[in-house]
Amino acid sequence: MLNFIWSGIIVISVLCSVFLGNTENLSKSLIESGSSSIELILTMAGILCLWSGIMKIAVESGLTAVFAKIFSPLLRPLFPKLDKNSDAFKSITMNISANLLGLGNAATPFGLKAMEQLHTLNNKSSTASNEMVVFVVMNTASLQLLPTTLAALRQAYGSQAPFEIIVPVWISSACALAVALILACSLNCSKPYRNTLINQKKAS
Amino acid sequence: MEFIMPLFACIIVAFGLIKRVPVFDVFLKGAKEGIQLLYSIAPTIMGLVFAVDLLRSSGAIDMLCSFIAPAAEFLGFPKEIVPMVLLRPVSGSGSTALLTSLYSDCGPDSFAGRVASVLAGSSETTFYAIAMYFGCIRVKKIRHTLLAAVIADLTAAVMSVLTVRLFFGY
Repeated sequence: MLNFIWSGIIVISVLCSVFLGNTENLSKSLIESGSSSIELILTMAGILCLWSGIMKIAVESGLTAVFAKIFSPLLRPLFPKLDKNSDAFKSITMNISANLLGLGNAATPFGLKAMEQLHTLNNKSSTASNEMVVFVVMNTASLQLLPTTLAALRQAYGSQAPFEIIVPVWISSACALAVALILACSLNCSKPYRNTLINQKKAS
Repeated sequence: MEFIMPLFACIIVAFGLIKRVPVFDVFLKGAKEGIQLLYSIAPTIMGLVFAVDLLRSSGAIDMLCSFIAPAAEFLGFPKEIVPMVLLRPVSGSGSTALLTSLYSDCGPDSFAGRVASVLAGSSETTFYAIAMYFGCIRVKKIRHTLLAAVIADLTAAVMSVLTVRLFFGY
């Protein structure tokens, strides 16, 4: 998909600049964009490395597991048919808590494992189960406690207070998450979207 | 609010000490992974910053914005973030590139800069996540996943404007 978008952007901008008589600007930015992107990467490097180091401590000391335990009662009602002690539910809680801590890279492997386990519970059907829909929708609405990369970018561009947007970010993403969950759960039960293959098999 | 991050770092390190984790060694291991991550995404960022720079200097973004601006203005939306709303669900690095160009144009502490920040923090690369999670188990019929996810993205866009207006008094 990105292949088309990227080449499309380049073709459109060249056509546009010819059409608007902007070719001089275009060749100037063509030369400058290389150095500006390296500058961007270097300014991001500091905060990114610092936080992946600190978050590694959170993972190794078991703090993320503590988080997962705290969140599991909140996640229970979203997956009513799933056994509390099933591997799938454990993977889901680990994925969601890692996401909350902003550990996108740690979250993805748990998420993929959770999807595989849900797939087995759903008898390997080619149609998504209710649990899969809710889980993926939760992953597409990002609820993150500490948007570190975002703050790094803001700082790199001279923000006076890089973290001032943190509470608006929480509220905005909580609303998006709530809408996503309400839609996913209510459509799970509504007729046109209801799943005909409801899984009965529970994990051992 | 500026105190949240240092406090969080302190709690994590203190918890590590209590659990007798070799905190500094682990920190180094994690920081190294951070560098590796950066190394692996650097070419993507370069390529997309290049494309977005071209798009910006060619005047195409201004043209797109001027098309959508009346509708955006009517809804109280800063017109500068329209391209980001469109690209955000598809490409994370692409929208980061747009975000940085917006920061250098308007400044991160401007109205548009703040709205764009909140939007970037409260939405995800929806299409990518859906493709990855359902792709790995080869499930084709995803039912209403996309519908719910896209409406959530729209909610995030609307809420980012509302919360910034509320918190910073525009």
